[in-house]
Amino acid sequence: MTRISLTVDGVRYDDDVDPRTLLVHHLRDRLGKVGTVVGCDTSNCGACTVLLAGKSVKSCTVLATQADGSDVTTIEGLSGPNDALHPMQQAFHGCHGLQCGYCTPGMIMAAVDLLADNPEPSDDEVREGLEGNLCRCTGYQNIVRAVQQAAADMRAAAPRTSQSADAAQEVTT
Amino acid sequence: MIPAAFDYARPTSVDDAVGTLADGGEDAKILAGGQSLIPMLRLRLAAPTVVVDLGGVNDLRGVTDDGNHLVIGAMTTHDEIMNDPAVRSHAPLIAQATRTVADRQVRHMGTFGGSLAHADPAGDLPSVTMALDASFEIAGPSGRRSVPASEFFVDYLTTAMDPGEILVAVRVPKMSDSSGWGSHYEKLNRVAQAWALVGVAAMVQRDNGTMSDARVALTNMGPRPVRAHGVEEALRGAPATADAVGAAVAHAAENTEPADDVTASAEYRTHLASVLTGRAVRTAASI
Repeated sequence: MTRISLTVDGVRYDDDVDPRTLLVHHLRDRLGKVGTVVGCDTSNCGACTVLLAGKSVKSCTVLATQADGSDVTTIEGLSGPNDALHPMQQAFHGCHGLQCGYCTPGMIMAAVDLLADNPEPSDDEVREGLEGNLCRCTGYQNIVRAVQQAAADMRAAAPRTSQSADAAQEVTT
Repeated sequence: MIPAAFDYARPTSVDDAVGTLADGGEDAKILAGGQSLIPMLRLRLAAPTVVVDLGGVNDLRGVTDDGNHLVIGAMTTHDEIMNDPAVRSHAPLIAQATRTVADRQVRHMGTFGGSLAHADPAGDLPSVTMALDASFEIAGPSGRRSVPASEFFVDYLTTAMDPGEILVAVRVPKMSDSSGWGSHYEKLNRVAQAWALVGVAAMVQRDNGTMSDARVALTNMGPRPVRAHGVEEALRGAPATADAVGAAVAHAAENTEPADDVTASAEYRTHLASVLTGRAVRTAASI
């Protein structure tokens, strides 16, 4: 077993893990962060996307040990105070950017990461930026609309303040 | 899918990593960013007894400028490389090709050295290092050594590194603005995030109206990347015209062994080699 310490959605967790544990399984099975889903399990679909140290990664293709000492943000950590939806969540809701919803947690995390790099993307840049995420329902039209809506909303609201909890609470499971 | 059990080590220096690898014996495996290894572990195509994670070796990360060369640490991520100002200005071929690797998530974790040491024939970066005449700095139990790109890639998923050795850095000659060199990486993949069916890395030096020198390397035209020497010879000294490039690309598939598989026939890959070489060379030479 290997001791790791992660700060997930603002809360610190110290755990002993089997080194072969994938980050997505650690998040779901140990920490109960079941908002992050496993889709293809082969690093193609991006449904398991989370932010690791602020950058999008496929958590089925990261060992939990590789994340030791890092901040992880999952779909469950995006909302603001009183469960106010993040602008990206709001836009996916408003633009009907989902049908079955299985890809949505990963789509939203990947889109948040994309806008952090490029706050005003073209439609092509949105499509290319989300190339690591597969949706089998919508044909992507409404997903691209949602990302553009969120981008416009976030630019209008800028400068936004960080919603991450600075004072991390210590939890050991 | 869950990988088979393994012991895990996270050394913090190159020397420690070399020692840990030696202690791990024949079935020890190096973990860089994990974007190729972890899928193989999950599918149990690889089942090492010991995984040596280089993520804690800070000396392996980052890009330094030592005058005539850039020294790119093996654990520098694709995302860091494509955004690095020194890489963008002195080795634009690397920055441009890296932007086409996989997808954003993979580029955030995947590393330059990891993809080179993995030596997948469809990987974009091996041919790029061949076109750049880069050299590979390797550390092992008997010290350090340097291997030119032309000798590094030996066969399918096989490099010149011994099992106990670690790729430390890649030294890349700097391309200066005044030298007349241009570069371009061209590849064809049919869907987003797919591997290249064929890729071409081209470096062309222009001296007014002629192409004074050229280095061209091919991705996925065999089990390892290959230099298209016939194309290079035909370009050297030729006028910088589309006709001259068109004549040269007839040599693109010489001495290649393209795979005939579910993604493309060997015949189609041979066709792609000449078409994509033409595009890459024309762009590199500003034709």
